[in-house]
Amino acid sequence: MEKLVVIGAGMASGRLLEHLFDAAPEKFEVTLFNAEPRGNYNRIMLSPVLSGEKTYEEIVTHDDAWYAQHKVTTRFGERVSGIDRARKVVTSPNGDVPYDKLIIATGSDPFIIPFPGHDLPGVVAYRDLEDTNAMVKASSVRGAHAVVIGGGLLGLEAAAGLRLRGMEVTVLHNTGHLMDRQLDETAGYLLQKDLERRGIKVITKATTKTIAGDGKVEKVTFEDGSEIPADIVVMAVGIRPSCSLGTEAGLEMGRAIKVDAQMRSSDPDILCVGECLEFDGNLFGLVAPLYDQAKVAAKTLLGEDDAFKMRELSTKLKVTGCDLFSAGDFADGPNREDIVFRDPKRGVYKRLVIEDDRLVGAVMYGDTADANWFFGLIKDGTDIEEMRETLIYGPAFQGGGGATADPLAAVAALPPEAEICGCNGVCKGDILKSIAGGATTLDDVKAQTKASASCGTCTGLVEQVLAVTLGDGFAMPTEKPVCNCTDLTHEDVRRLIKSQELKSQPAVWQNLAWKTPNGCPTCRPAINYYLLADWPLEYQDDGQSRFVNERNHANIQKDGTYSVMPRMWGGMTTPDELIAVAQAAKKYDAAVKVTGGMRIDLLGIKKEDLPAIWADLNAAGMVSGHAYTKGLRTVKTCVGSDWCRFGTQDSTGLGIKLEKRLWGSWTPHKVKLGVSGCPRNCAEATCKDIGIICVDSGYQIGVGGAAGMDVKEVERLVDVATEEEVIEWVVAFMQMYRENAKYLDRAYKWLNKVGLDWVKEVLADPAERQALVARFDISQSVYQKDPWAERAVPSEAVKFQPLADLTQEAAQ
Amino acid sequence: MSWIDVGALDDIPLRGARIVKTKAGCVALFRTDEAEVFATSNTCAHKNGPLAEGIVHGKQVTCPLHNWVYSLETGEAQGADEGHIATYPVKLEAGRILLDAASIEARSAA
Ligand code: SRM
Ligand SMILES: Cc1cc2nc3c(=O)[nH]c(=O)nc-3n(C[C@H](O)[C@H](O)[C@H](O)COP(=O)(O)OP(=O)(O)OC[C@H]3O[C@@H](n4cnc5c(N)ncnc54)[C@H](O)[C@@H]3O)c2cc1C
Ligand code: SF4
Ligand code: FES
Repeated sequence: MEKLVVIGAGMASGRLLEHLFDAAPEKFEVTLFNAEPRGNYNRIMLSPVLSGEKTYEEIVTHDDAWYAQHKVTTRFGERVSGIDRARKVVTSPNGDVPYDKLIIATGSDPFIIPFPGHDLPGVVAYRDLEDTNAMVKASSVRGAHAVVIGGGLLGLEAAAGLRLRGMEVTVLHNTGHLMDRQLDETAGYLLQKDLERRGIKVITKATTKTIAGDGKVEKVTFEDGSEIPADIVVMAVGIRPSCSLGTEAGLEMGRAIKVDAQMRSSDPDILCVGECLEFDGNLFGLVAPLYDQAKVAAKTLLGEDDAFKMRELSTKLKVTGCDLFSAGDFADGPNREDIVFRDPKRGVYKRLVIEDDRLVGAVMYGDTADANWFFGLIKDGTDIEEMRETLIYGPAFQGGGGATADPLAAVAALPPEAEICGCNGVCKGDILKSIAGGATTLDDVKAQTKASASCGTCTGLVEQVLAVTLGDGFAMPTEKPVCNCTDLTHEDVRRLIKSQELKSQPAVWQNLAWKTPNGCPTCRPAINYYLLADWPLEYQDDGQSRFVNERNHANIQKDGTYSVMPRMWGGMTTPDELIAVAQAAKKYDAAVKVTGGMRIDLLGIKKEDLPAIWADLNAAGMVSGHAYTKGLRTVKTCVGSDWCRFGTQDSTGLGIKLEKRLWGSWTPHKVKLGVSGCPRNCAEATCKDIGIICVDSGYQIGVGGAAGMDVKEVERLVDVATEEEVIEWVVAFMQMYRENAKYLDRAYKWLNKVGLDWVKEVLADPAERQALVARFDISQSVYQKDPWAERAVPSEAVKFQPLADLTQEAAQ
Repeated sequence: MSWIDVGALDDIPLRGARIVKTKAGCVALFRTDEAEVFATSNTCAHKNGPLAEGIVHGKQVTCPLHNWVYSLETGEAQGADEGHIATYPVKLEAGRILLDAASIEARSAA
């Protein structure tokens, strides 16, 4: 008999031995080494062992009896330390063993990020039974905390298992969404929601700094100084092929031991199977291809022909209740198209990637019943042109009928307790009741429930509830949807973001059934605004969903340069500020213009120079004038009672106070203010979004003026006696506009829709006013920061420079 | 092809862009997905708008000046607008972005 030595008793070599003994039980005399003190078990079932759904005994694939039956000499708990190819022996601490043929099947080693403290007791990887037992032990302390670093397959299975064992679990993931290698953002978002629902905390974009503790792990700290307690830290951030034996033996190496299609290394007597090998540039991390390798290697040992081929792979997560599937390729390539299907009610998301009439990738979440069918289409490269229209509905729809997604699905999916009309607290159920009681029109519903009777922003939703309930019995008035990504109007989207508490863009796309993977230039800036206006503390402003001016905090000009316009509070300035502006203009070679908004514009600045000129202006105490935003622009003032012989109040001072209170806030469209010292109105306050005319008895506040494409005079909101009251009313009005208006509606357009009467009615209530002011101030706690100063620091300023300069490279 | 490393993938925000300077003007690098980057000319065929400042959506970019939309895969203007921008080979390796030196030089020579 030939001597066969196998290094590593893992999933790949176990399968190899089964094939070998099946085909030729007497051909080889086998010695099997394993560094783990045990034989072959089903490593992928460690997750059910961790969660307690299975015991270790249940996942053993080869027990002592099996090894005895096949006369395998087992050397478990022995790590092979070297291979002497000249003498054809393997070396282990307990002596050399000669071989005729050798199998290296050493698998992978988990990768450990060398954070300070990574070597403390209590920091474990997730690879073998020892790791699993350490986790089970940690979970036996009541209320203990586990931190899992890595939101990929392994990390999430660890997190779910630990949670089932009663631990407080936090998952730290470095990119923006979970399982980013297999899932797109939406599927990642749904997965995160499911995990959070079962009590697992998820922190994405985590910036872990250290693992700390006295003699054992106690906490994990972050770059921003915050920390979370940890009784155990599981590091599941990836694997590295365990192939040092190959390197030391002088085998041909890539990132792992290189093999040919017969699984032979550069030494024909040494074969490899499993994660320790590299084939055709590929490494492996899932069992399906390893089983193919095992079959081929067995054939090679028996002298038969076979060749290993790469196959498409698919991923599933073994966490009960999180049904996800991903397969194929989402990476770049010309001519790719997406088909997206979303069913918010069931939490279902499916995305297919098509190239040249073939399916090349699929992600699904929530409903993976058809996953295998799609996977088959990918593997076989089936021509899908014929079934393209209905492809996403799965095999059941092929060859018949054909269906289209129901445009009203989002509304149909709302539960009865979902609030439709925020002003009057009317839920969907109330409307359904009125319809059941005979209401057939918007007016009927309005009369019976008061829904849409106040600000009117929910009108579209009420109509849609009527439409889904009455079917053909109701003719929908046609209000335009936001864009081609959705059938909902701006007002619907705003209302749903509030009532369903949608706090991220993927949440909006999924729950409101967006038809594109990630929106378009029309909806993205709008959704970004709605989210930051409604959830200032939770939502993170997204620069990539802003138009160029707001992203770069300067106005782009026709030649690609920018203009820079610092604030001059209420139009007041000082000699020092003017000197700083003049010096900056000289230094950066700017054109200088006095604007129609009472300040100075520096034109023709190069993008690369923006952070530097901002730093210079900041140094003189000046901040961004936000001349580029849908936000507070200028507050025009006149000289007022300080100087003017007709001035009745300190219009300049009041203007400055208002500007200092309002600057930095984002609004649906730009907001301009004017404060004039008397009805002669030198500050043009009567054609501003908010205009104040000072009079002897106090202040007249007008709203809804404009002097752009439309010229409008303000309408009177209220007359008040003191500056404090002016500020309260103005801030409250501003916040009402921020919370309710459609993106890109100036105040007058919004007022046209909702009616000034409703606004007056709401603001007349002091409690409402104060609540609006309080919400505005919360938002300002986040957004009233000088964006220039934030970007003038070196770490941000580099983002304004080119990524690379190849002008030198190409020179010779 | 001879690949030059021009920077880290994470230096480009998701659905954002950065430029690379070359002798014949700027090349724009667009990150359309976690691990998907396209390279095109930075110059709009309409009135030379800097495309890297546009909004990136799907595998397209909308010019910041007058909203022409380009496919980043083919470089063709979409919809009713007619125009074309050059596209360049680009690949990702271990979190780095690689551009093909030959195509970039061919561009400089042109
Ligand atoms: C610089 C300035 C002209 C000037 O040299 O004086 C100006 C320049 C621009 N205005 Fe204006 N507007 C300027 C005062 C005005 C005024 C007068 C005023 O505010 O007293 C108006 C009419 C009043 C009003 O808004 O009701 C005005 C009505 C507009 C409009 C029409 C708005 C509308 O709702 O109809 C636009 C277009 C828009 O915003 O969509 C616009 C847009 C623009 C943009 C941002 C166009 C663009 O997107 O590039 C210009 C930016 C050039 C730049 O790079 O700075 N600009 N613009 C003024 C800056 C004031 C400031 O200090 O911030
Ligand atoms: C918790 C968990 C869940 C998983 N879930 C899935 C899943 O759902 N689907 C999927 O397809 N894959 C899954 N995997 C991955 C899968 O388990 C691996 O791809 C597979 O086990 C690799 O097989 P292998 O034979 O190459 O290596 P291994 O199974 O790791 O076996 C290698 C063996 O070699 C031993 N060894 C290493 N060096 C030496 C040496 N010098 N001397 C002696 N012995 C040595 C090791 O101790 C180890 O026992 C999961 C993995 C884990 C850890
Ligand atoms: S109009 Fe009134 S406030 Fe304006 S300058 Fe003349 S007097 Fe003063
Ligand atoms: S310059 Fe690009 S659209 Fe006009």
